[in-house]
Amino acid sequence: MRTDAIWPVHTLVVRTLLKSDPTAEALLSDAHALGLKSVRKIERELLYFLEGKLAPAEREQLRTELLTDPIVQTGAWRDKPAKAPAGAFVIEVALRPGVTDPVAEEIVRCAQMLDIKGVQRAATGTRYIIRGALSPKQRTMLARRLLANDVIQRFTIGQIEPVFPHPAESSGQVERLPIRKLDDRSLSKLNAARLAALDPEEMRAIQAWYIEEDRDPTDVEFEMIAQTWSEHCGHKTFKADITVAGEEETIEGLLDTYIRAATDEVRAGWVRSAFVDNAGIIDFDGGNEVSFKVETHNHPSAIEPFGGANTGTGGVIRDILGVSAKPIASTDVLCFGPADANPDKLPEGVLHPRRIRSGVVAGIQDYGNKIGIPTVSGAIWYDPAYTANPLVYCGCVGIAPKGKHVRSPKPGDHIILLGGKTGRDGLRGATFSSMTMDAKTGEVSGASVQIGDPITEKGLIEVIVRARNKGLYHAVTDCGAGGLSSAVGEMGSRIGFDVELREVPLKYAGLAPWEIWLSEAQERMVLAVPTDKLVELRKICKIFDVSLTDIGRFTNDKRAIVRYNGITVLDLENHFLHEGQPVRKLKAVLPKPVETKAADAPRRPKVDNNAVLLKLLAHPNIATKAETIHVYDYEVQAGTSVKPLTGIENDGPSDAVVLVPAGAKGSKGIVLSVGFNPEIGKVDPYRMALSVIDEAVRNAVAVGANPDRISLLDNFCFGDPLRPEVLGTLVAACRGCYDAALTFKLPFISGKDSLNNEYIGSDGRKQAIPPSLLISGIGIVDDVFDIVTMDLKAEGSTVYLIGETRDEMGGSHFHLVQGGGAGEPAPDLPAFAPALYRCLHTAIRKGLVLSCHDLSEGGLAVAAAEMCIAGRLGMLLDLDDDDTTLALFGESNSRFLVEVESSNAIAFETCFTGGMGNFARRLGNTVPGRRLTISTIDETLLSISVDDMVKAWKGNVK
Amino acid sequence: MVPYTDNERRELSTMKPQALILHANGINRDIETAAALEKAGAEADTVHLNQLREGGVKWNDYQILVIPGGFSYADALGGGKLMALEMNVYFADQVREFVESGKPVLGICNGFQALVKSGILPGSVRLKPAKAAPKGKAKGKSKPKAKAKPAAAPKIKLSPPIRATLTFNESGKFECRWVHLKPVSQKCIWTQELEELVYCPVAHGEGRFVLKDSKSLNTLRAGDMVALTYVNPDGSPAGGEYPINPNGSLADIAGICNDKGNVLGLMPHPEDHIHQWQHPRFGRGEAGELGLALYENGVFYAEEM
Repeated sequence: MRTDAIWPVHTLVVRTLLKSDPTAEALLSDAHALGLKSVRKIERELLYFLEGKLAPAEREQLRTELLTDPIVQTGAWRDKPAKAPAGAFVIEVALRPGVTDPVAEEIVRCAQMLDIKGVQRAATGTRYIIRGALSPKQRTMLARRLLANDVIQRFTIGQIEPVFPHPAESSGQVERLPIRKLDDRSLSKLNAARLAALDPEEMRAIQAWYIEEDRDPTDVEFEMIAQTWSEHCGHKTFKADITVAGEEETIEGLLDTYIRAATDEVRAGWVRSAFVDNAGIIDFDGGNEVSFKVETHNHPSAIEPFGGANTGTGGVIRDILGVSAKPIASTDVLCFGPADANPDKLPEGVLHPRRIRSGVVAGIQDYGNKIGIPTVSGAIWYDPAYTANPLVYCGCVGIAPKGKHVRSPKPGDHIILLGGKTGRDGLRGATFSSMTMDAKTGEVSGASVQIGDPITEKGLIEVIVRARNKGLYHAVTDCGAGGLSSAVGEMGSRIGFDVELREVPLKYAGLAPWEIWLSEAQERMVLAVPTDKLVELRKICKIFDVSLTDIGRFTNDKRAIVRYNGITVLDLENHFLHEGQPVRKLKAVLPKPVETKAADAPRRPKVDNNAVLLKLLAHPNIATKAETIHVYDYEVQAGTSVKPLTGIENDGPSDAVVLVPAGAKGSKGIVLSVGFNPEIGKVDPYRMALSVIDEAVRNAVAVGANPDRISLLDNFCFGDPLRPEVLGTLVAACRGCYDAALTFKLPFISGKDSLNNEYIGSDGRKQAIPPSLLISGIGIVDDVFDIVTMDLKAEGSTVYLIGETRDEMGGSHFHLVQGGGAGEPAPDLPAFAPALYRCLHTAIRKGLVLSCHDLSEGGLAVAAAEMCIAGRLGMLLDLDDDDTTLALFGESNSRFLVEVESSNAIAFETCFTGGMGNFARRLGNTVPGRRLTISTIDETLLSISVDDMVKAWKGNVK
Repeated sequence: MVPYTDNERRELSTMKPQALILHANGINRDIETAAALEKAGAEADTVHLNQLREGGVKWNDYQILVIPGGFSYADALGGGKLMALEMNVYFADQVREFVESGKPVLGICNGFQALVKSGILPGSVRLKPAKAAPKGKAKGKSKPKAKAKPAAAPKIKLSPPIRATLTFNESGKFECRWVHLKPVSQKCIWTQELEELVYCPVAHGEGRFVLKDSKSLNTLRAGDMVALTYVNPDGSPAGGEYPINPNGSLADIAGICNDKGNVLGLMPHPEDHIHQWQHPRFGRGEAGELGLALYENGVFYAEEM
C-alpha cells in the first residue's frame, strides 16, 4: 500500500535497552504453539510516523522528550529504507485506515504543546525482527495468525508505509429503495442485499406501509426499521408466538410468559425497575439504588478478540450510565475452545482459542483497568463447541442516589450527543471485513470492528454523574447496537424527534447519512436537555474534554424526522416504527431429558478417587483462574471486600464477591455471584436453568447474602431459534427459569438474549453451541462484618455437609473427565432449598460459620479440596453412602460444606429448624497435617496432600 | 459529648490541611485518594488540569499536593509521560514552588510515574532550576511527636544525577495483587517513623523501577531516598522474588522520595486499604497494616507546617 502523505514523513524506530521483552517472549511461545517451531527469536520495535516539516532540532526534541524514555529505550530516525538484519526478516504492522489510533492523536497534540507546530498528522506501528528459517508462506502465516489482525491491522513483510487520518466529511448520499413494486423474491433480495435479517412477513409489512404512504423508503428509513425490528433490539424471538410440538397452548412470548411473569408473580418490594431501562435497578440501602446489566459480545470477539471484548466491556458500562448510575464493578464470563486445540484442524478463518482467550482477556483488562472500574467476578469455561463461537458475557454494576434516574424527554428538549466521533464501527461487519483494503478504503469502509477508548468513556462517567446530580437532563441513554437510530428512536418513541445529521462529528470522510444514523461507534451517549440547562452542561463537558453536539430537538408530533443538511432523509410514524412489526410465529420441539435413573442401571464401578480428584482439579473449568484474575484491577474504587481470590495465601476461589460501594452509608455490601453450566445444558436445558439459578443463589448465600434479597439476571446464548429443536431447548430453559425463580421467590431484573450462536461441526453441518444460560446474582449483605469466605480457618473445627446428594450425575464433570454418564438425569432443584438457605443464613448472621463453600463442578471432593487449598489445612471426612462415587463427585444442587468451631456445633445445628436438621450432616473435622482424607467405615476413599492438590489445581491453565 | 456548633465546625474544618488532588483525563483513583486523605484528617479538592489551566484555583490555598493513580492520557507513550509533560508545560512554576516550599507532595502509581518522568522526583529529565524560586518555608517544623528530630537533609551533590524511570513489569503483564511494603526512609515525611509494614494492592503494568546506572542506587540509598520497598510478610526483603516484588523493580524499590523528603512517589495503593474490611483476609479476622498510616503521616506533617 502506498502512503497517502502530503508532507514529508519522518519515521522513528524505538527499541528497548532492557535485556528482555516479555511481550516478544510471549509471542515466541505463541508462535511455537501455532506449529511454527522454526522461529528462534522475535524482537519488537515501535514505529512512530510523523508527517510534516520538521527541523533537525525539532526532530531531536521529539525523539528525546516525547517519543522515547531514554533510560530504557533508544530511538533512531529511519531516513533510508531499512534492511532486515543479517539472518533475520522483518514484519511491520500498522492499523488499517479509519481505525482510531489514540497514541497518534496524542503525538500530534503533544507536539503542539512542545511548540513544534510542524507535526500535521501521525500514525503508529510495530516492527518485528524475526529469526528462524521460515518459508514465505510461513512468514505470512506468522503475520496473519499472530502478529496482525486483518480486521484492524495490515502488515508488510518488510517496510510498511503509514496511512494517516483524513479530514472527515459525509458523502451526503441518500438512496431511495423502490419497495412498492417488488414481489416476494425481490423483497427477499433487498433484505439480503442490505443485510437486514428481516422475516418475509416483516418485509411485506414494510411494503404495505409504504404503499399506504404512497411513496418509497429512503435507505435511512429502511435501515432504521430493520434496526428497530432486529433480533438484537426488538427481541423478536423472545416476543414470538411459539407452538410447541405436542402442546395445545401457544406460548405468547417467552419473555412475558416466563421471565417477566416470574418477576411479576414474585413481586419483590425492592425492585425499582425490571426489563424497562437499560439495566435492572434495585434498592440498596434506602438512599441509594444499585443497577446491574449483563450483555454479550460474542461475534465481534470471535473476529477481533481484543476489540470485541474491549467494546463489549465499554458497551455494558454505558448501559449503566444509561440509568444515570456510576459504574462500580464489572463482571465477565468467558467461553472458549480448548487451549490445546490442534491449529491445523481449525475451520477456515477461525482464530486459535489461545489467541481468542488472550485477546479477550486483554480487551477486558484494557478497558476495565483504564476506565477505573474493578473487574471482580466471572468464570471461564472451555468446550470444543466454543472454538469457532466463543462467548463473552460482560456485566456492569452501578450505584445512584434514589430516584435520580429520570427517563422522560420533553418536547423541545435538545438532543445532545456526548462523547466520541462517529465512524462506520459495527456497520455490516461481515461485508467490510471481507473487503480488500487499500489506502482509499479508509474513505469508503473504515473498520467494522473498533478498539474501544476507555479514557473517552471515563469522561462520559464524569460528565453524566455530575449532570445527574444537578438535574441537567430529562432522559439519557447509551448509543449501543443500532447507534443513534436506536438511542434517539427509543427516547423519542412516545413524543417524536427532529434530528440534523450534518452536525454529528465524524471520524473520517465518506459516510452516508444512513451510516451516521446507524453507526455503532463506541463511547457515545444521548441526553434530552432542556434549553436552560445547556450552558451548564457545556461547562462540565469542557472540563472533562467531552465533546458535546446538539443534533436536534424532541418534538410532540409522534414522528421520527431525520435531516441531512436540512433535507429530510427520514420521516416515519412512531406508531408504525415501534408497533408495526408482525409478531414472529415459531415452532419448537422440546428435548426429552432423563428424569430419573433407570432402576436397573448398573452400579457405578469403583474408580481411583485420588486420580479422579486430581484430574478434576486440573480441568480447565475448575483449575485456578488466578493468572487471569490478577491482570484485572479488582481493587480500584477501593470497595472490594470479598475478593475473587481469598484464603491464607490469597489464592482460593471465592464463591462470590462482596463490594462496599463508596459513598453508601453503613456497612452494607453488594454480593455478586454467577451460575453457569452448559455441561448440564447438553443433558437437560430445563434442569440447567434450575441448576444455574440455584448456583447463583447458593454462591451468594455462601458469602453471607440474605437469601430472600437476591435479584437475578438471565443471559441466554443459544443457537438458531428458527430450528425447532434449538428453540425447544430455549423454551425448556425459560420454563426452568420460571420454576426456579418461583421456588426461591426471587425476581429477574434484567436479561438479554444472543441467538444464532452456531458453528460448523466436524461433519460439515451447522451446529448450535450448547444451551448456555448465564445467571448473574446480585444480593445484599446487611453488614459486611458478617461475611464468610470459603477457606478453612482452623484446626479441629467440625465440618458439615448441608443439603442432600441425589443420584443425578448427568452433565457432571466426573463424566466429563471419566466418560460415560449417558442416560443419567441432570441435577434437579430440591423444594427445600429456600428454607435450607434461610437456616444457613441465620447461622452465618449469628457468627457461627467459620467457612462455607458451595458444591458445584466436581461435587463434594472438589469443594473439600478447594477449602483445604485456600486454608492450607487438612480435613478428615467420613461418608456413610453406598455409592461413594456419587457421594464424592455428584453435583446435586443446594449443597454446601460448612466449617464450624466445634464448641459452636450445637448452636449451629439448632439454626436448622423446620425439618432442615436432616440436611445438616456432620461429616468430620479439620485437621493439622495438610491432607484431605475421605473415608467410609470400611476403607479410605481418597487421601491427598494439600501440596499435591495445589499442584494439580495450579498446574497448567490460566 | 456536646455536638459542635456550625461555627465551631467551620473553624475546625479551616484548620484541616487542604489537599489538592490533580485530575486529568484517565485519572481514576481520585475518589478513593480523597477518601483516604479525608479519613487522615485533611480536606480534599479534586481539580482537573483543565480547571487549573483556566486559573481561579489558587495553589497557595493548599498544603498538600497529590497526583493519584489511573491511566492519564491512556498511558500513551508510557505511563505518566503525558501527565508529566502537561505539568512541565503548564504548571512548572506552581509545582516547583509547592515542592520547594517543603509541603507534602504525593504521587501514587500513575502519579509516581508522572513525578519521575517530569523530573520532580529523580527521573529521566531534570527539573530546570527556578530562575527566582520563592524561598520555601523550608526545612519544615519537625513533628512534635517525633522522638528524634530528623536531621536536616544533607545537601547531596547529585553527581552523576540519578536517572530513573518506571517501565513495563518484568512479567510483561498488568499485576493486581496485594504487597507488603516496608517504610524505609526516615527523611521522607510520608514514611518516617512508620513502624508497621503497609499492606495494600498494586495495580499496574508499568511499575518496574529502573535506574540508568548502578551508582544511582548508591546515591538514592545514601540520601535516604528509598522510601518503601517490597518485602515478605515478615518484613524480610523480597530479594527480587516474584510476586513479592510484583514488577521486577530494582532493589525491591516500591517508592522513592526527593532529596528534601517532602515528595513521595510510590506504585502501590495505600488508599485502597483504609478500612479493615478491605484486608484480603478480613474473612479470617486479620487486620492492621493499613495504608492509612502513610496518609496520616503526610496530613499530620502538613498540619504542623
